[in-house]
Amino acid sequence: MNHIQTQDTKSASLTASFGTTFWAALRFSLILIVICGVLYPLASTGLAQLLFPHQANGSQLKNSEGIVIGSELIGQSYTDPHWFQGRVSSIEYNAEGSGSNNYAPSNPELMKRMQASLNDWSKNNPDIPVNLVPIDLITNSGSGLDPHITNKAAEVQISRVSKLSGVSEEKLRNLIKEASQGRDLGIFGEPRVNVLKLNLALQKEMAGMSR
Amino acid sequence: MDLVQMLVVIGVIIVLVKPLGTYLYHVFSGESNRTDNIFGGFERLIYKLVGFKRREGMSWKKYAFSMIVTNAVLVGVSYLILRIQQFLPLNPNGMGNMESSLSFNTVISFMTNTNLQHYSGESALSYFSQMAVITMMMFTSAASGLCVAISFIRGLTQRGQTIGNFFEDFIKAHVRVFLPAALLVTLILVALQVPQTLDPTLTVHTLDGALQRISMGPVASLESIKHLGTNGGGFFGVNSAHPFENPNGLSNAVEMWSMWMMGAALPYTFGLFAKNKKQGWVIFSAMMILFLVFLSTVYFSEKAGNPAINALGIDAAQGSMEGKEVRFGIAGSTLFTTVTTAATTGSVNNMHDTLTPLGGMVPLVQMMLNVVFGGKGVGLMNMMMYAILGVFICGLMVGRTPEFLGRKIEAKEMKLIAIAILAHPFIILVPTAISFMTDLGQSAITNPGFHGLSQVLYEYTSSAANNGSGFEGLADNTPFWNITTGLVMLFGRYVSIIALLGVAGSLMSKEPIPETIGTLRTDNRLFVGILIGTVLLIGALTFLPVIAMGPVAEFLTLG
Repeated sequence: MNHIQTQDTKSASLTASFGTTFWAALRFSLILIVICGVLYPLASTGLAQLLFPHQANGSQLKNSEGIVIGSELIGQSYTDPHWFQGRVSSIEYNAEGSGSNNYAPSNPELMKRMQASLNDWSKNNPDIPVNLVPIDLITNSGSGLDPHITNKAAEVQISRVSKLSGVSEEKLRNLIKEASQGRDLGIFGEPRVNVLKLNLALQKEMAGMSR
Repeated sequence: MDLVQMLVVIGVIIVLVKPLGTYLYHVFSGESNRTDNIFGGFERLIYKLVGFKRREGMSWKKYAFSMIVTNAVLVGVSYLILRIQQFLPLNPNGMGNMESSLSFNTVISFMTNTNLQHYSGESALSYFSQMAVITMMMFTSAASGLCVAISFIRGLTQRGQTIGNFFEDFIKAHVRVFLPAALLVTLILVALQVPQTLDPTLTVHTLDGALQRISMGPVASLESIKHLGTNGGGFFGVNSAHPFENPNGLSNAVEMWSMWMMGAALPYTFGLFAKNKKQGWVIFSAMMILFLVFLSTVYFSEKAGNPAINALGIDAAQGSMEGKEVRFGIAGSTLFTTVTTAATTGSVNNMHDTLTPLGGMVPLVQMMLNVVFGGKGVGLMNMMMYAILGVFICGLMVGRTPEFLGRKIEAKEMKLIAIAILAHPFIILVPTAISFMTDLGQSAITNPGFHGLSQVLYEYTSSAANNGSGFEGLADNTPFWNITTGLVMLFGRYVSIIALLGVAGSLMSKEPIPETIGTLRTDNRLFVGILIGTVLLIGALTFLPVIAMGPVAEFLTLG
């Protein structure tokens, strides 16, 4: 008899403990949804907009007429060969999405795409041999939106851009220098050239010449 | 320069171990301290709002039960939000409701701290869902993990019947650790150009005259907790490779420190609880040695590049740049890859599917071992599990009852540990085999040959280790993949947590035995070797065959 009683009280306390735990869990969950899911992001947005409005709104870049032409962090697609070209992007720099084809190193499609890029190169840059082409120019970036190329990759395009745009090679070298940046704090990341900034400067230069 | 960059990142972590480990100890040790004055008032307000009074200690069963019920409630509410997001506020881009198997996968993925993503944030989630589901779960799952690790440490180092009060630990983890840290890192990231806005997608005319639509949103507030909580799910599809999530080399370093520091500091916290700091450093050293071996492997493999591409005769001095970003280069990419799979974060700043075969093997193996630092405590718990196993094996060799931290290791503990150790390979290898036997599984493979095996293997390993990175070529948003990986994530998270809390609860109630000359010391250099040996031995016995068929075979046949 005694034994049965203890069993009863035990199971009763277990159901009771499930009930209290569940209600406690529910109340804690709701308050955490409010704190972490609503208050925290809204407070962050408020502070960010107050302290760093330019960065918080996507580092937008304007042309000389003050019209927003993109973000300095998001690469663009340049069909006309008189522009400096950025990296390969399987999504054509459509920044509504992001991504790449994720070709494995052993995937035959990867080699096909690279061979096609090299053929294009030889057609557009007949005087620059393939062995001077840096690898970042013919590989797909991870995001498909990479705004940068290496300094080498910019310099190797000077001869073509100069011929097609009419801007002198020396001038172009200066523009590249202005659009390039070193490692962050001198340590982190890689030296690089922002292609959109470079082409924006090139556009300005060309407009000045035709006037 | 590559070496300097890596050494600075690693050096900062080593410097952070002691202050952060001490801070975590103060927060959770229960002794009154200065953090009470700063955060006590806010906590009392929360307790008052939810009417929480009984802060007594819990047995390990009650603790685990409270955590699981809380997680279940959060899963339920979040599932509901995703299914009806269309009708909720803050949806400027007009996203529709999420499909049911994908919603199931998503809420499990975020609650288990995995953050495997079968959706792309910019095209599937409203801003409200990004905040109230994704960002919220990044906090709560991280806090759940930290609570479990702390209570496990208490069980191993203290005596009695209770391992702490779950709800009190849970709130403390939010208020004293994750919220202040996340707010600080958010502002640092915004200063470094990560957007934080509620405006809809920006539309511009490009230089070339084309139309470009640029997705944005409250990115920074998600990005900070994504790394601090070792969650890893990105705002955008390509995660930290996206220039808005990770704009430069400095933000890259900040993100690595954020995700690594907690896992690196916890062994020290453990040392403080155990009143033996050397014990903490022994665990830390074993982790760091393994980390450096893996980092070197992926770095040199990527720097050497893909032999097939190098044969094209281009200037390939940079290394393998397919799937990588210029601003990070090889050093910033490979370091991030090693850190993210060590810390079980699973964010990526380069596409792991495109890594060279041996380079891609590193993240895979780190997730299989699952002991190199780990998130907020999972790595520590698994490493302790191997430590107990190591002591047990050594005990068998000399014919003595094994002891760890002054308690006898007996049949009950070893059974629980065996369950935890065997569960991990079981939920990786069995689903991998099953998906190869069905068309539903095979049809998702997008890269031919040996790499296809790696793609499937990586998906389940990442799910089981609650990492969440992927060989993202895999076409995995189908009911088959959503449900199987969802289940693997569930088992991967809760089976080992319950088993290890059981070990802690059992050890806690044992009489301590005095140390004698015959006791195997666990706080010296010899034990670092024993620990690493045990980890590698068990890992190799379980996973070597499948590694040989995937990455190794691809390496041997390439070029």
